[in-house]
Amino acid sequence: MAYPTDRKYTKEHEWIQSSGTSATVGITNYAQESLGDIVFVEVPRVGSELTAGKTFGTVESVKAVSDLFSPVSGTVTEVNADLATSPEKVNKDPHGSWMVKLTLKNPGELDGLLSAADYEKFVAEEAGK
Amino acid sequence: MSSVEATPAIRKTALNAVHRQMGAKMVDFNGWDMPVEYPAAIGCGVINEHMAVRTGVGIFDVSHMGDIRLAGPQALAAVQHISMNDASRLAVGQAQYSALLYPEGTFVDDVIVHRLADHDYLLVINAGTREKDFSWVRDNTRQFNCAVENLSDDFTQIAIQGPKAVNLLQKLTDADLSAVRFYWVTRGRLCGLDNILMGRTGYTAEDGFEIYIPADEETSARVWNEILDAGKEFGVVPCGLGARNTLRLEGALSLYGHEISDTINVWEAGLDRFCKMEKPEFIGRSALHAAKAAGVTRTLVGLEMTERGIARDGHKVFAAAREIGYVTSGSPAPFLKKNIALAYVPKELAAIGTPVKVEVRGQHLGAVVVPTPFYKRPRKSA
Repeated sequence: MAYPTDRKYTKEHEWIQSSGTSATVGITNYAQESLGDIVFVEVPRVGSELTAGKTFGTVESVKAVSDLFSPVSGTVTEVNADLATSPEKVNKDPHGSWMVKLTLKNPGELDGLLSAADYEKFVAEEAGK
Repeated sequence: MSSVEATPAIRKTALNAVHRQMGAKMVDFNGWDMPVEYPAAIGCGVINEHMAVRTGVGIFDVSHMGDIRLAGPQALAAVQHISMNDASRLAVGQAQYSALLYPEGTFVDDVIVHRLADHDYLLVINAGTREKDFSWVRDNTRQFNCAVENLSDDFTQIAIQGPKAVNLLQKLTDADLSAVRFYWVTRGRLCGLDNILMGRTGYTAEDGFEIYIPADEETSARVWNEILDAGKEFGVVPCGLGARNTLRLEGALSLYGHEISDTINVWEAGLDRFCKMEKPEFIGRSALHAAKAAGVTRTLVGLEMTERGIARDGHKVFAAAREIGYVTSGSPAPFLKKNIALAYVPKELAAIGTPVKVEVRGQHLGAVVVPTPFYKRPRKSA
């Protein structure tokens, strides 16, 4: 699967798509493949403050638990309630199944994240380990 | 004095290359490089694999399991001495669930004892305890006139599990499988191989067979692929350790290192019906006798989460804000579509319907004690 070039990525396998001071966050295809069948997504309430690099939620598959790391700092403005009842959508469409929307605290933080090409390279190295 | 123990190289079954070729996700399981699940692209993944076994058929490479043979004039006496079930009740061709115990009444391992011939028994043991089990059996049977052989590397063991397992396997063998009852074995020609041992056993709480074929890579791959081909009409899928774990958990089957271990005794684990105290002697018997007289304080129970969240192995269990026990195995149950767990709790808090809390990442989530097994396969009326 090709990684969309309209967004940035983290080494913890989240993607973030921004527009001005708002952004949408989800997990990558590599993340969903590594996890396997996703059965549980837990994200913070609207209004929660997220800090870049810190955990903000959890994704669980049948066999594994994985933390979600915030790519940037900001305030949660919306959560994807759909994933509470249909978490398997993350497996089917990882780059379309967003988890939270944010108002960015410091849009400059985006510059430190990976491009699609760099992330793809990173993932290829991870897979080769 | 000091000695450096070399890290043992990771072990592979004869089907390792086949799993990798199929794109399986591999994990280190007790020192074995094993498939945890096969790719979604071929209709697999833990949930699909689990559902295939509940509704159709799935196959597992379980060659990492070990095998110990006891043969000779005193083989029965030896088996009786080292295992808690009563092997004298076995007819030739019959098998039973049993366990090897320490003198303390705790577990060396759980095993399936097969009686292959008059004075010939085969113990199928866990992967992670192979060496320990073999040493234990050898060291504790020296007084008997019976040969103890480690056959662990001699077989590729494949489990064919699910309501359609019998239909699938029957296509590949001349043995009449309909005549083989649950926990009995037969021998026959299978995929062109003569005298193959086939047992109606498994670890999925479903009907099924486990077959023991020569361990060379070529034969192993050929038979594996012939089973997959023959099973196409039944929707067969290869299954990994992920589904094996969720299937056995729905059936509340014990896993060594989780529900049973060297610190848990038979009464606590609730395996009373496989422990025959009427046998005059076996290792662990007197300790178990004393333990029963002293009273059992903790017991294994089934839990079902009543709040949104998944109990996992090692999570703490609370009642009235007091820590009372821990989860030995916890997972989503793909067929039951519930979050379930097995846990040790005090006897007085083990009644069905008792509400408890499970600590999941710092939060105390509601759960309730439920009957086990969580899943029981429908019995055929015919």
